[in-house]
Amino acid sequence: MSDATFLEYLVFFSAAVMIIAGAIAVIAMRHPVHSALGLILTLFGVAVQFVAMEAHFLAAVQVIVYAGAIVVLFLFVLMLLGVDEATDLSIEPIKIQRPMAAVVSLGLVALVAAAVIRTRDALLINPGAGIDVASENGDHDANIRQLSESLFSDYVFAFQLTSVLLIVAVVGTVLLTRKWPRDKAGS
Amino acid sequence: MTDVVWLIPAFPLAGFLVLLLFGRRLGEPGAGYFGTAAIFASFLASVAVYVDLQGNPEDQRESASTLFSWVPVGALQVDMALLADPLTITMCLFITGISSMILLYSVGYMHGDSEFSKFFLYLCLFVLSMTVLVLGENLLVTFLGWEGVGTCSYFLIAFWHTRESAATAGKKAFVTNRVGDWGVMLAMFLCFSAVGSLSYTVLNNNAESGLLAESTATGIVMLLFVGAIGKSAQLPLYIWLPDAMEGPTPVSALIHAATMVTAGVFLMIRINPVLAASYDWVNPVIAWTGAITALFAASIAVAQNDIKKVLAYSTVSQLGYMFLAIGTGAYVAAIFHVITHAVFKALLFLGSGSVIHAMNDEQDMRKMGKLAKYLPITASTFIIGWLAIAGVPPFGGFWSKDEILLFALADGAVGLYIIALLTAVLTAFYMTRQVIMTFYGEQKWTSKAEEHGAHGDFKPHESPPIMTIPLIVLAVSAVIIGLIQLPSLAAVPDSIEHRLEDWLHVVTPAEADIAGSWADEHVVILIVIATLAALVGIAAGWLVYQRKRFKAIEPTILAGGWYYDRTITNFMGGPGRESFQAVSDFDSTVVDGAVGAVGVGVERSGKGLSRIQTGYVRQYAAVIGLGVVALLAWFIIRGVL
Amino acid sequence: MIAAIEPNWYLLLGAVLFGIGAFGLLVRRNPLVMFMCIELMLNAVTLTFVALATRLGDIGGQTAVLFVMVVAAAEVVVGLGIIVSILRGRPGATADDLVDLKG
Repeated sequence: MSDATFLEYLVFFSAAVMIIAGAIAVIAMRHPVHSALGLILTLFGVAVQFVAMEAHFLAAVQVIVYAGAIVVLFLFVLMLLGVDEATDLSIEPIKIQRPMAAVVSLGLVALVAAAVIRTRDALLINPGAGIDVASENGDHDANIRQLSESLFSDYVFAFQLTSVLLIVAVVGTVLLTRKWPRDKAGS
Repeated sequence: MTDVVWLIPAFPLAGFLVLLLFGRRLGEPGAGYFGTAAIFASFLASVAVYVDLQGNPEDQRESASTLFSWVPVGALQVDMALLADPLTITMCLFITGISSMILLYSVGYMHGDSEFSKFFLYLCLFVLSMTVLVLGENLLVTFLGWEGVGTCSYFLIAFWHTRESAATAGKKAFVTNRVGDWGVMLAMFLCFSAVGSLSYTVLNNNAESGLLAESTATGIVMLLFVGAIGKSAQLPLYIWLPDAMEGPTPVSALIHAATMVTAGVFLMIRINPVLAASYDWVNPVIAWTGAITALFAASIAVAQNDIKKVLAYSTVSQLGYMFLAIGTGAYVAAIFHVITHAVFKALLFLGSGSVIHAMNDEQDMRKMGKLAKYLPITASTFIIGWLAIAGVPPFGGFWSKDEILLFALADGAVGLYIIALLTAVLTAFYMTRQVIMTFYGEQKWTSKAEEHGAHGDFKPHESPPIMTIPLIVLAVSAVIIGLIQLPSLAAVPDSIEHRLEDWLHVVTPAEADIAGSWADEHVVILIVIATLAALVGIAAGWLVYQRKRFKAIEPTILAGGWYYDRTITNFMGGPGRESFQAVSDFDSTVVDGAVGAVGVGVERSGKGLSRIQTGYVRQYAAVIGLGVVALLAWFIIRGVL
Repeated sequence: MIAAIEPNWYLLLGAVLFGIGAFGLLVRRNPLVMFMCIELMLNAVTLTFVALATRLGDIGGQTAVLFVMVVAAAEVVVGLGIIVSILRGRPGATADDLVDLKG
């Protein structure tokens, strides 16, 4: 790999800023809807990073599924339940919770960073076949083709199971949220 | 024929089982005759084995028959085995013989009792246990019989269990015996750990060939002696025997005169090589215990008014003689005295039972008198018994007592001799007193019906033949039993002297050899002294009670048994009980508390730990996160990641 | 051309995102906001997967991301269903009010 160009650095840092800002918005906003908006920002940032890493299909899926469907679901539920009032962030019934949370999050970041840095120059044990990149032979479908080949040959069984999973999830949720007819003894 | 030795306990066992299942149906007197027949069959089996053994040359008179392997556990291999040798067969002969006489007598004595068949059931069980005790080839089989006779003693003493004094006496006997049993058990453990086997053959051979250390031998002997003290009612554990008179008279005759109480003596004789291999102080301890007990009990008997209690204390005293004999190495004399005592004491007890029966269950001698003309057979047999126990030649008791005195003096312990002689005088004295108060003297009873709870005019009646025949048989035996061991006098032909000693020679290797001692040289003088002692006692008794020349001295301290029993009761009830209570409290608070504390500790720690279940999901998540951080940190530090 | 930015930067970014998401999960009490923080963490994971796929040259990382997204979708569906059914009966409840497992 050659050194990155200035454009690539710019893209990376912009997306990184979007991600971090969105994340902080999620955790720090008083109004839940503001948190949801911050989430969208983060999801977009991640999609940009996917593109930068030549995972085009995933970027598309990220936008469509995550930002498009999941966040919308969140907003639906927010409106449905009316939990959209602003909450007071300074209330914390469990005294030790915030210090513990700080320890956990900082610890995780530090440790993962340490692991990453330590293995920076590690030899690759089992490098894969390589990721096909679109611009090599003008083949725009390279990524999706390689992805689908992997999905439908190596991981086809898991793929079938996910379809089952989705059906189960839908059926389960319908049952969960269904209002049962009340009988005389109470529900 | 020695392989039929198992029949000796088998007949009583069969009798027991049949009476257990069909006793009530057999009823009275069928159950009684059946029991008697079973015991008599056992006696015949003993005779058969005896004849067979006698026919063998002297060194082949020992035969062990193993019935089955009882305890096969690794190093401990104990068989249910019976040993037929001169000692055991001698014991079996007189045990089963006298038992069958007593059972026959009981058919008459227990007439009308509501639990007639149960009585014979227990008696069969007793004879079974006693024969097993005696025939045992190893300590464990003997102990089985030992415990069996103790249990039967409890059953039979408390036979009339609705009477509180009887039930208490039964318990007292059992508990006191238990103290002795502790000694026997410890002795068994010691024997096994030292010798590797519980068999008498192995133990005695080891002792004889010097393989047994002096300390071990002493330990075994002293522990078994503790058991013997309990079972044979010596100081300090004799207290149960006088109270055991609460049982029916045949029980007193059989168990507490003739058989069970001799088990301790038997055990000591069985292990006589071990006695010889122990420290020098062991034998004198045994001898002095016996002597002091003899004197002590004789002194108490002088002041007793219950006809059976006199005989009970007399038994304790005579048992003391036997232990005196053991302590001086006179094992043959001890066995001789066991046999003669069994005969005349059973006779005396059965005779007293006949008297009690005639006087409508009156046992206080102060209310008797002049019964000789109403109870001729009872009186004459009782007199024979009296002469035997007093030690008047040529009756049985004289020869055995004389042998014991001989060996005591030959051993060099003049003190023992003097005590034994004094006891002999006292024995003659109190027995004379008893005979006079009961059969002669003044008539203290009236013909008035109300005083005796009878109907119509009261007159003591002689017992039915079923009761008098055993009396006569025993009386005849008392006369001639002396023949089995006559001393070597010029007047005695060689063929009949020392017969018992020759017979038992092979099983008593540690018998003291008194040939050449002063006592042995002057046997005749000693015989004269012993006879004089008896006559002095009789004369004194006659003068005090018949002729009323001197005032009868019966101090209350003697009547109260030197207050020994009362002291023990007070101690046990008072400080004894408190200390036991303290131990019990310790157990329940400390020991049980420790166990309970474990449970309480678990519960408390569980409660404490349950406080982390706050219910707050976020806290749970935080703790999980902490765990992940810790794990990651560990991995990274360890270099895994 | 594969991104010239070293994949390790993406890994660090993913770590930071994950940390922020964890902090938010533990601190916020509104159930829906907590769920959104979970989504943040999932995204951090997908970012890491893709970065490692690039570094190792293995398409399996991207396939894994696909599966993560499917499962995340299903999980959101079910999770929101649960939240709806719980909060329907207790309007205005926070995560701290659901303490029935206490003890």
